[in-house]
Amino acid sequence: MSRFPLVITKRMTEYPSDSHTLDRYLATGGYEAARTALGRTREELVELVKESGLLGRGGAAFSAGLKWSFLADPRPAYLVVNGDESEPGTFKDRQLLERDPHQMIEGIIIGSWANQVHHAFVYIRGEYPKPARRVQQAVADAYAAGYLGKNILDSGYDLDVTVHLGAGAYICGEETALLNSLEGRRGEPRLKPPYFPAAKGLYMMPTIVNNVETIANLPHIIEHGAEWYQSLSDCEDTGTFMMSVSGHVKKPGNYEVVHGITWRELIYDIAGGMRDDNDLKAWVPGGASAPWFVPDLHLDKPITKAACADDGSMLGSGAVIVMDHTTDMVAAAERLVRFFAEESCGQCTPCREGTTWLDMILQRMLHGAGREADLGLLYDVSDNISVGMGWPPKQTTICPLGPSAVSAVKSLLEHFRHEAEAHIARATHPETRPAVPVTIRRGA
Amino acid sequence: MSAEIRITIDGQDLHVPGHQVLIHAAQDNGVYIPRFCWHPRMKPVGMCRMCLVEIEGPRGRMLVPSCTQPIHQGMVVHTQSETVKKAQEGVLEFLLANHPLDCPVCDKGGECPLQDQTMAHGPGESRFVEEKRHYEKPIPISDLVMLDRERCILCARCTRFSDEISGDPLIEFQDRGNATQVNTFPDEPFASYFSGNTVQLCPVGALTATPYRFRARPWDLRAIASTCSICTAGDSITVQSSQNQVLRYLGVDNDATNHGWLSDKCRFGFEYLHAEDRLTAPLVRGPDGELHETDWATALSYAAAKLTEIISKRGGGAVGGLGGARGTNEDAYAFAKFMRVAVGSNHLDAQMDDGLDPQFLAALAGKGTIGDLESAKTILLWAADLKEEYPTLYLRVRRAAQELGARLIVVHPRATGLDDRGTDVIRYRPGQGAETLRELAAGEGEFAAVRAALDHGPVVAIVGRTGLTESPKLAEAVAAFARDLPDASVLPLARRANTYGALDMGVAPTLLPGRAPVSGIGCANLVESWGGVPEGSGRDCRRMLEGLQDGSLAALVMVGADPVSDVPDGAMAASALEAAEFIVAVDLFLTESSRHADVVFPALGFAEKEGTVTNLEGRVQKVNRVVPGAGQSREDWSILDDLAMRMDRPIHLASAEQISKEIAHVAPAYEGVSWDLVTWDHPDGAVVPLEAPRAPLEYVPVMADAPKPRASAFVLHVARTLYDAGVVCSRGMALKDLAPGAAAHLTPGDAQSLGVGAGGVVRVVSGDVEADLPVVIDDSLTPGVVYVPFNQPGGPHLGHELAVTVEAV
Repeated sequence: MSRFPLVITKRMTEYPSDSHTLDRYLATGGYEAARTALGRTREELVELVKESGLLGRGGAAFSAGLKWSFLADPRPAYLVVNGDESEPGTFKDRQLLERDPHQMIEGIIIGSWANQVHHAFVYIRGEYPKPARRVQQAVADAYAAGYLGKNILDSGYDLDVTVHLGAGAYICGEETALLNSLEGRRGEPRLKPPYFPAAKGLYMMPTIVNNVETIANLPHIIEHGAEWYQSLSDCEDTGTFMMSVSGHVKKPGNYEVVHGITWRELIYDIAGGMRDDNDLKAWVPGGASAPWFVPDLHLDKPITKAACADDGSMLGSGAVIVMDHTTDMVAAAERLVRFFAEESCGQCTPCREGTTWLDMILQRMLHGAGREADLGLLYDVSDNISVGMGWPPKQTTICPLGPSAVSAVKSLLEHFRHEAEAHIARATHPETRPAVPVTIRRGA
Repeated sequence: MSAEIRITIDGQDLHVPGHQVLIHAAQDNGVYIPRFCWHPRMKPVGMCRMCLVEIEGPRGRMLVPSCTQPIHQGMVVHTQSETVKKAQEGVLEFLLANHPLDCPVCDKGGECPLQDQTMAHGPGESRFVEEKRHYEKPIPISDLVMLDRERCILCARCTRFSDEISGDPLIEFQDRGNATQVNTFPDEPFASYFSGNTVQLCPVGALTATPYRFRARPWDLRAIASTCSICTAGDSITVQSSQNQVLRYLGVDNDATNHGWLSDKCRFGFEYLHAEDRLTAPLVRGPDGELHETDWATALSYAAAKLTEIISKRGGGAVGGLGGARGTNEDAYAFAKFMRVAVGSNHLDAQMDDGLDPQFLAALAGKGTIGDLESAKTILLWAADLKEEYPTLYLRVRRAAQELGARLIVVHPRATGLDDRGTDVIRYRPGQGAETLRELAAGEGEFAAVRAALDHGPVVAIVGRTGLTESPKLAEAVAAFARDLPDASVLPLARRANTYGALDMGVAPTLLPGRAPVSGIGCANLVESWGGVPEGSGRDCRRMLEGLQDGSLAALVMVGADPVSDVPDGAMAASALEAAEFIVAVDLFLTESSRHADVVFPALGFAEKEGTVTNLEGRVQKVNRVVPGAGQSREDWSILDDLAMRMDRPIHLASAEQISKEIAHVAPAYEGVSWDLVTWDHPDGAVVPLEAPRAPLEYVPVMADAPKPRASAFVLHVARTLYDAGVVCSRGMALKDLAPGAAAHLTPGDAQSLGVGAGGVVRVVSGDVEADLPVVIDDSLTPGVVYVPFNQPGGPHLGHELAVTVEAV
């Protein structure tokens, strides 16, 4: 049992066998918050969510209520729920989609009503077939029961929900790339400026993009109020939030926690401590794009947005990847960089060329062909993608994907430079190239 | 547009138009920010990241791409800071990481922005020691374009052009990240009429044109500005040559006409100049009935003697003159003066029975410019399919409809290239255009919205014959209707590059230079210079050919005219030439027509002579001499001047420049567009300030000329395609296989009732002519209409009659 009050994972924890069904949802007070919300005005709801302090749970941790208040006037406007959770180590939305889809649908009703939206989209990662099936079923059941469609809950309000599956691109989790993908275009982030989604988003109309977890919180805020939500935590980041803990811990998994606990509590208490009681070497605090934390500096720091930012990283999507002392940090960095290189959309030169280059250098080092010059080169290539390699990044690219790859390289060079140097010192054939087969791609 | 605002670039205060992106504003003020993907005629994508600069913001300086950065009041920009330099050099290094260093064998070497940037700012040596990306290369993506994906820097210029400008997005990015590549869709080649533009736009050697590959190095090319001679839009081009061979055309950005774009026919349609069968010496028909090469003196004297003999026996009115629309204004003027002064005949026509009444065209002079499309709210397009016949005008209309939001009304018997951008697409049965116009003008029924839109100017009406079987009277009625709309511009379309110039020079049965009517000669200078002109209106092309057939005309002078190939009723033209007593031809080739001549003079072609030309809006532009002519060929004007002298009726022409001065003297409207002006001050041309039309047009609803319906009767629609069996296409390696070929297009229903499917053969009978043609299914036609593309390899001309019969073979 958790030490914390469970909010968004309460139902699935208490009724693990059928928490995804409409019957169980209704039996546990479901859709009452939607009914309440439909009786309030847009201004009241936006104000309520602002007051609750709810932050976006997709990674940027921006005030959800404030985001709503930016929505431009033209109609139709759209609400898009971002369920394209694809970052390595992040798997919280999967559980929310799969185990409690009606909670999200109720959140969609509230969010749509609050933003005068009549058509909402749920964009689910293509590699999530079971969550997608559950959501499809839940949407169908909600339509049949009159929670979606025309005149929902006899309020005179119409709302349609379309469920859409991605086609296997991480970049489509970036909100403007997601909108392109939803429109049937290549999943590439849009240029900002000139247009931001709240002004010109889906089909060039005002659009709100919210993460699944953000949306899932709405029924509870409606039901219990902003003050209750604030009171859940002791710090300025209100409410509970989900952390996906993976890697070398005894009990990996999703945990609903409150802001302000320390990393030590999360890793050693909640996640059961290190496997085989090994030494903790480092962890990724908030998804693969976040610069790493190390025990000497960060273990007793609180888990809050501000504390992470002060230490040059971020809480991001709440994905924690824990590494013990057996980990080869060059290999860890290479794996993360390779992910971003493979997922780069290819628009911007620095990201397209730079992430692959970084990966090639790290691979070469791992293959025993590292050179003295490589550490300086890694630094300089990274600097040309993300100037100064800081976080939040000063990027030379449209979106932060390229700088995300740099985070791992920066963390490696900052905290584990000696490991990289050891690889180079062990190099058996430093002046030759790795035996990477050359592939010639064919075809017109 | 928007008001001027103040920005600071590198400490320099500037006032710039507020709608510009930063890179454009900087460029206009002499600050060049390096770039690869940005192009002023296309939407910015911010992909290459080469144009990163720093701007000062509330949180300090930040790097932004200047191609996507809107400017705002008081913006402070740094383009030369250490951060900017480091970022730009970083991008350059990234671009070079996978770019093959094969500049010595790359066509782009020497004119490559990537090479230039690298020489200017790049590192001396690469830090990239890994294996580069490899692709099979080069791969042909169309008949004209090869793609080398290893050289590609993924700037999206080609893909954007195809999507935003030409409207045929047949190339796209595929895959992602490091494997991103430009490619075509499976089994769909890059069969665009505008593919060559992507080659010119490509900032590296990724896209190359098959006709130019490995033919020259840029530093060996001589480049001279000129004006394209394929259609009448007046596209500005650069002609490049090496060792006296024309090797390449490049589009030049002329704001008034082509915006830098060219169709592939324009771009690659120059190989005919160097064709092996170019005439190099005069030919005279000998006693054996064959044409034999001879010297100029012999040929000229013989032709002069024969013409003099016919004129003295039967008068100047027994001689007709055809052509003049393919050369320069100076050539056309010489032709008009030769026929009027030396021969004494008004039988003179630059159009090949496929155009519009010269007096009607004259009446619309100065009624509109291509540039009017930029501010048009409504565009009425009732003319030939622009994509097939006026490709760069097509691009301008597409831009107006797609990017500038004009309402486009397309009226045509079948699908056209602009239907996808048409707000209203109106189809009608050929022959029923008059009824369609009447309904449209009255705003009846479904036309109510269209009619209402036409009352919201500015309106641009582009008017011409939709096909060769359609009466020219219909286009006149449409133009008359359109001209009286509020705030309307009218662009009447005629065929062939310099038809408008020829009309201005008086190559028309009813017009004298300056588009003055033959009756009531007004200009004293003309009378003084020419010493009077023959009385009465002359015959037009068709009536001249009829005259040759019935013997009322004895001789014909053809200047760059090929009536057998060009008039709708080619068989009739051939029999007319057969019947003629004497024919003089001035031509580049022995064509189907000039082979009937008794004397053939070899003429200089495009790029071999200088002069001026006039486009469809009356814009006078310069064409220039780039290479020497083939063999002993001469300018048209010089041949005609020599001939007149030997006929003892001299016309006193000395040089193209002298002729242009004489033109300005006898046609005062041309005073404003002097040789010097268009050569030096206005290389983009200047519009002739012609006087207001003397004879105002009356909108008279024309009567329907539909044939009486009868069994197995079809209505024939004949129209030109971009690629055909003409000289430009058939005599160049690049274009010779691109003509779609002769075919009969039928609706699925008609094909079914005839019992044929696609690829089956039908016999189309029009009068005495019949043709067996393969069937193409075309559901854009009205039932009962058969569409046959004109002048295709292996397809006979079906004449100009609407009524035909179609039966299965």
